Amino acid sequence: MICLRSIDRPKTDRHPYNLTLSTLPKTNTHISPIHSPPIYPSTHPPIHSMSRLTKTLTPYLLAAPQTLVFLLFLVFPIVLIFIVSFWQFNGYSMTPAFTTDNYMAIFTSKVSFLTYLNTFKYVLLVWFFCLAIAFPVAYFLAFCIESQAVQIALFLICTIPFWTSNIIRMISWIPLLGKEGLVNQFLINLGVINAPLEFLLYSDFAIVLAMVHLFTFFMIAPIFNSMMRIDRNLIAAARDMGASGFEVLKEVILPLTAPGIAIGSIFVVTLVMGEFVTVQLMGGGQSASVGKLIQTQIGSLQYPLAAANAVILLIVTLILVAAILRVVDIRKEL
Amino acid sequence: MANISRRQLLRTGLAATAMITATRCARSEAPVGTPNNPATGPQVNTNQIKDVTLRFIGTGVSQINEVKKKAEEDLGFKLNMRALSTEQNNQIAITQPGQYDIFDGEYFSLPLVIPSGNLQAIDIKRITNYDKIVPFFTSGKFNGMPVEQSQGTAPYKVQYLTGADSKEFSSTPTDYATMIPFQYNADTLGYRPDLVGRKIESWAELFNPEFKGKTSILDIPQIGIMDAAMVAEAAGLMKFGDKGNMTREEIDQITNILIERKKDGQFRAFWKTFDESVNLMSSGEVVLESMWSPAVTAVKAKGLQCVYAPLKEGYRGWGGGIGLSKNLSGVSLDAAYDYMNWMLDGWVGAFLGRQGYYSAAPETAQKFMKPEEWSFWYEGKVASTDMVDPFGKTLEKQGAKRDGGSFEERFGNIVVWNSTMKENTYLVQKWNEFIAS
Repeated sequence: MICLRSIDRPKTDRHPYNLTLSTLPKTNTHISPIHSPPIYPSTHPPIHSMSRLTKTLTPYLLAAPQTLVFLLFLVFPIVLIFIVSFWQFNGYSMTPAFTTDNYMAIFTSKVSFLTYLNTFKYVLLVWFFCLAIAFPVAYFLAFCIESQAVQIALFLICTIPFWTSNIIRMISWIPLLGKEGLVNQFLINLGVINAPLEFLLYSDFAIVLAMVHLFTFFMIAPIFNSMMRIDRNLIAAARDMGASGFEVLKEVILPLTAPGIAIGSIFVVTLVMGEFVTVQLMGGGQSASVGKLIQTQIGSLQYPLAAANAVILLIVTLILVAAILRVVDIRKEL
Repeated sequence: MANISRRQLLRTGLAATAMITATRCARSEAPVGTPNNPATGPQVNTNQIKDVTLRFIGTGVSQINEVKKKAEEDLGFKLNMRALSTEQNNQIAITQPGQYDIFDGEYFSLPLVIPSGNLQAIDIKRITNYDKIVPFFTSGKFNGMPVEQSQGTAPYKVQYLTGADSKEFSSTPTDYATMIPFQYNADTLGYRPDLVGRKIESWAELFNPEFKGKTSILDIPQIGIMDAAMVAEAAGLMKFGDKGNMTREEIDQITNILIERKKDGQFRAFWKTFDESVNLMSSGEVVLESMWSPAVTAVKAKGLQCVYAPLKEGYRGWGGGIGLSKNLSGVSLDAAYDYMNWMLDGWVGAFLGRQGYYSAAPETAQKFMKPEEWSFWYEGKVASTDMVDPFGKTLEKQGAKRDGGSFEERFGNIVVWNSTMKENTYLVQKWNEFIAS
């Protein structure tokens, strides 16, 4: 949280281009005048053009390592997946040939369509509940807690679930929600129900519940970040102008928090789109998502088909992200 | 840098060249035992075998530390075991041949693994106890019992290769084996007698509306489809020409039946891994499901009743064995043969027997089992003492009887084996439809 506060600098400083120029190439620009005597540039063009060349090249050289890593570990695998998605396959091997069969199989299949619909359903539900939980939590942390120490402590409490693995956290729902689980036993003992509620576990309810549990924090953090950077004077001004608490929320806080919500939404949407472990464990294998479909295909050695599905999943996810970015201009506020 | 004289440079260069030449000459390229590089004597060989490490890949069922420890003790070389899921095991066997020396897998995987050319033929003449292996694996015969006519990827159908370098299965015995079996079992439905309240005697019960929302089937297409086929046939819903090699129409029909049942809410969940099936059963989420024998044992170990039901239609069988990677040669290959011979020698067989599996060579396993263990596990007789598994856990109390009776009654009544069909790709596609519906 300290970092979050320290980001509060004038906007120009945060511009990436400015950052590179002001911090890194200093050495070159400062050293060269010392070594070379002060001469007019026109009489000694080589030296000047050299320093100018290094000046132009430096940012590219500095960006090179990351670009290489990016190419090697992100772009290259995706390109490979894209290529394999056009290959042919049988039960035990794939053949480097060009075929659109894999895509045709997916586009003509009612199952893939339904699976995508089902995945969208999860995305929508999980996104909605994450936002519904994260916004008040972040608001409470940012505006209701005065002491920074308490803020830090409470924010850290939000991260506690991340101290154990996703799978362990999911499995711990099972004894809670099961037919003979704590919730059902409690309700039966109270006399509220006669027979155990079956929808609690191995259902869409369980899947959405577990995913909200897993992903809410990815929403809390960016929203909290945005809220912390709202100039408190704006709120004071709004109040002076006679705005009610709700109006302040609607007219000041919500618009200024929008980038945080957008970033959180991107996290949640991309995570849910690719989810397959939660869907398997909490759905009891009865429900499908695109991620689980791909997993099953890989398990059956149908790599090209799985690759084609992965490519489509990637495109659909990118469209969703683009849609979010269209609604909210993140860069304006970064 | 400037201090290095030309003389020094020359001297160092010469020395380096000499050294490289010397080592190149000493390390002959030819494998040990060939004319260009003769084996110098038994002394050297035993020393070499000490340095061998055989890398196993296999499922959790057989990658057991106790077996590894005992084998290393008895054989003098090292084993490196990797426990994987059936799917991962096949994937690595087919796509990453450099990752393993020994493939410890199921027979039904062979129609996928063998055509990849990653396994080498096993020379049967080098297997000392080959004739002690249960004849079902080696000749397809078993006292005229139903197992002889069983469908699916029966081990015998994929046991032999047509030649040393062949990728084709031979329908008659040859000198070249694909795998040497070591464990197998007859699978069936497991149920909780306390929650079901009566005896389960037919596969058809899995679709009985009485158990609506309380049943489960396993979500591994090649195995799940066989269970589904047993159920559909037993319930009189459909007939198959060959359950082990279904046509597209049959696959369509059976998956439609499954989808219908799923929509009716017949199933509570589907499981993919061993522990999932144990959890489903022990938590009472399901009362009747496809199960594996050690999973039933695991439920029992939690103090719950669980029956591995002998069903009138027969069992679904599976068999596991080990095959040799194409990359094995020389001393490592010798070590691998040593291991296979050790495996059939009886100790492993007895070890497996105490868990409820069967040994490929029961005769040799018997020597390592107590008479009361033998009569309980293999003869289906009442336990005269508590039955303790190799890890020290009591599996059955004195007076208990093995579900399904004797070895012959269980194994002889396998009517279908886990299977990889010709229409495997189509099956997986339809199975996905069932799961996604």
